[in-house]
Amino acid sequence: MLDCTPKEITERKSGGMINPAKTCQPIGAMYAALGIHKCLPHSHGSQGCCSYHRMHLTRHFRDPVMASTSCFTEGSSVFGGGANLKASIQNVFHIYKPDVMAIHTTCLTETIGDDVSSIIKTADVAEGKLVIHANTPSYVGSHITGFSNMTKAMVSYIAESTLPVKKEQVNIIPGFVNPGDMREIKRLVKSMDIEYIMFPDTSGVVDSPMTGEFEMYPEGGTTVEQIKDTGNSQLTLALGRFASSDPADLLNKQCEVPAAVLKTPIGIKATDALLMTLRNSFAREIPKELEIERGQLVDIMTDTHFHFHGKTVAIFGDPDIVTGITEFVLSLGMVPVHVLTGTPGGSSNSAAGSFEDDINEMLTTAGITANVKSAGDLFTLHQWIKNQPVDLLIGNTYGKYIARAEDIPFMRVGFPILDRSVHSYLPIVGYQGAMRLIEMISNTLLDRADRDAKDEDFELVM
Amino acid sequence: MAEDNAGRIAERDGFIVTKGKNKKQLQCDTDSSAGCVSQRACVYCGARVVLNPITDAIHLVHGPIGCASYTWDIRGSLSSGAELYRNSFSTDLKEQDIIFGGAKRLNAAIDGLVEKYQAKLVFVYSTCIVGVIGDDLEAICTAASQKHNIEVIPVESSGFIGNKSAGYRAAGDALLRLIKPSEPIVKSNSINYLGDFNLAGEAWIIHNYLRQIGVELNVTFTGDSHYTALKSAPKAKLNIIQCAGSMLYLAGKMEELYQIPYIQISFLGIEDTAASLRKIAATLGEESMIAKAEDLIAKETARVEAIIKGYRDKLQGKKAAIYVGGGFKAISLVKQFREIGIDVVMIGTQTGRKEEYETINNLVDDGTVILDDANPAELERFMMEKGAHLLVGGVKERPLAYKLGIAFIDHNHDRKHPLSGFEGAVNFAEEVYSTVCSPVWKSLSKSGIDRGVTDHG
Repeated sequence: MLDCTPKEITERKSGGMINPAKTCQPIGAMYAALGIHKCLPHSHGSQGCCSYHRMHLTRHFRDPVMASTSCFTEGSSVFGGGANLKASIQNVFHIYKPDVMAIHTTCLTETIGDDVSSIIKTADVAEGKLVIHANTPSYVGSHITGFSNMTKAMVSYIAESTLPVKKEQVNIIPGFVNPGDMREIKRLVKSMDIEYIMFPDTSGVVDSPMTGEFEMYPEGGTTVEQIKDTGNSQLTLALGRFASSDPADLLNKQCEVPAAVLKTPIGIKATDALLMTLRNSFAREIPKELEIERGQLVDIMTDTHFHFHGKTVAIFGDPDIVTGITEFVLSLGMVPVHVLTGTPGGSSNSAAGSFEDDINEMLTTAGITANVKSAGDLFTLHQWIKNQPVDLLIGNTYGKYIARAEDIPFMRVGFPILDRSVHSYLPIVGYQGAMRLIEMISNTLLDRADRDAKDEDFELVM
Repeated sequence: MAEDNAGRIAERDGFIVTKGKNKKQLQCDTDSSAGCVSQRACVYCGARVVLNPITDAIHLVHGPIGCASYTWDIRGSLSSGAELYRNSFSTDLKEQDIIFGGAKRLNAAIDGLVEKYQAKLVFVYSTCIVGVIGDDLEAICTAASQKHNIEVIPVESSGFIGNKSAGYRAAGDALLRLIKPSEPIVKSNSINYLGDFNLAGEAWIIHNYLRQIGVELNVTFTGDSHYTALKSAPKAKLNIIQCAGSMLYLAGKMEELYQIPYIQISFLGIEDTAASLRKIAATLGEESMIAKAEDLIAKETARVEAIIKGYRDKLQGKKAAIYVGGGFKAISLVKQFREIGIDVVMIGTQTGRKEEYETINNLVDDGTVILDDANPAELERFMMEKGAHLLVGGVKERPLAYKLGIAFIDHNHDRKHPLSGFEGAVNFAEEVYSTVCSPVWKSLSKSGIDRGVTDHG
């Protein structure tokens, strides 16, 4: 079933995508906007985009995802969307009463050239209400780029430096991760007794508790006051270069808040780096409880290392997550042989570096040669796997087609996960997240070992 | 803008009526208001959901990546053969294509795909942006068609040219091109089944009934269908239509072009399934079919009613809210809820037509709220006001219902069990029962843990 992919690898001249490993900017912008308290994301374009993004986010988070749309018709596409957007701004504040309306564009409105910032300036926005916007053309980058752009808009529209001396407080840009991950990162920072502002913060928004009432705006999200105050912080931690470094850089330019760009804290090394940066920047001791957690993680890694050693793995998904997972599985003794992201990956020449360079450097250090690609698709990954099979596949839900066709164990991590529940509540970051990852990886491998074992090899203790 | 305390806008008033309370005509089939949280989708979505179940076609989306990503394997349309349709193909337009046009990339994509997959049929869907930059889809597809000696059919589905219904029409036009015969038609005694997409294998259930009563089935639009089968569509002597929203246009055209009359049927619920089988047999007019249909109905009704009665005893007196895509499904659902003892207190659709709303109005009890193109705030308000225990809807409505502490069943793309025919009627009753009567609702307590203890008893 679903095995239409030819094994023979021929040159791909078309540049088109077969089975994408990314999606478009606006959904990332919508997700980021949900991380502002009492914000209604608004999609400037035709109805379908907004509907798809809400549907996709709803399937991943299994929580209501609210967003409005400019409801383009043919007329608006010919004459421009200014009238639709102004009517939208008025209607949104009248009907849905958010504090903030966060507009993102679509490929349609980008192409017809609507000047959103001018439209906002001439729109009638009530006192105390705020409209921000990000340009998110779907034909550039991916959903990760869209997340980054909306987070940048939070900085450019809201952040201010108002104090002569910076506060002893840290900004955390968590990147495109689940609310469970955001909670875990906040717990780590809190336990070091450091004041922080996380933005965007979707915890409490897309994992809100069941109360029997529908809250259009659940309790979570970063408040406008907090985002404003990020300009007064002493430091910004940008977690995950692709999703977070641009907004952090802008905050530095705009409000002189220096930025440290770190990996998404997946695994022991990246979590160590996060805590060490906080310790060094704020002269705090790492608390005993975190030392204990780390010790437990190392203990678990020792107890289970023989499950992992030399096992080959293919990893795909969003670049920051894939980078983190790759580093972690290397620390377990696994061998990543195929590593792929759909998001375009920066370039070797740019100051920020590239996805492929980052991964290759890690692999070279470990003495491993592998297929590594950014701006790739799952057709390519499938072909690689056909030619060089692996013991484990790690990625989002779409990997299940490859896993079934090739009969390989599959572990779901990343976005989107459409066919399993609970994942968005439980972290994969920090020491505890690493413990969870180990449990997931080893259970996946051991379940397969049990399934495939002959009677004489079937063991009770593994 | 006029507004009341509940945050309603006057503009929406025409789209909401309460049966028995006001005599006004419900407004429908219009554009949504700018700035609304609409549950509606776009033209491309409409075209894609209709054509996607064609299993051996390459469905190539010409546009930036999103449109293809979100519709990758969008509905659970099952296949008995080819699996090509479950892949996601996109030209993945980039900035330079927007400036210089996407023709080159589209050409290359078609060439590459045809080479890899040896398909006989390619659908090329236009998205919003293609409509704006003006790539000549028609010319590109014609050229590709000649070059590869296969059918490459453009689907004019730019998102902004209307709503989902316009997409159904675009899909209808693409299908008409596909089925256009190159030789004179030799009529057969068979029928086409329109508007079943084989979600969870539903088309197979209906095929089985038709076989049992001696009806020869020609082709299903479009569930589990493929290139060769679809080509034979014009030779049928009758079209039966399940999903009217998506297929009425095509049926009308087939009547005009190939003299195939059509009838509307519904296989949702016992009442409609039985009536539809009778209608098909009567229309075809063969005595043996009519007798066989009666046998099948008697046997199946007796079988499933015994099972459904058990659920009805548990569900009697509960209240349901309906919010689905099209009007025809909504109508069947009202009747089907009656079969399991449930009253409908709120009913709405995304794209229902005037005559469908009239039928709905005649069917429901006084006090039932009827609404078109509703937003979540309205759904919440009326479900709470009317004390609904259950909502029937699609993916975006599910968490809304749950957050309100209301049971939910999916009657859209995401469902896992067939809801068609007698088997489907049992599944429906079981699904309603399992969600309405689930013990999870006992854990829901507004004042938290303290109250929870007493609630659990």
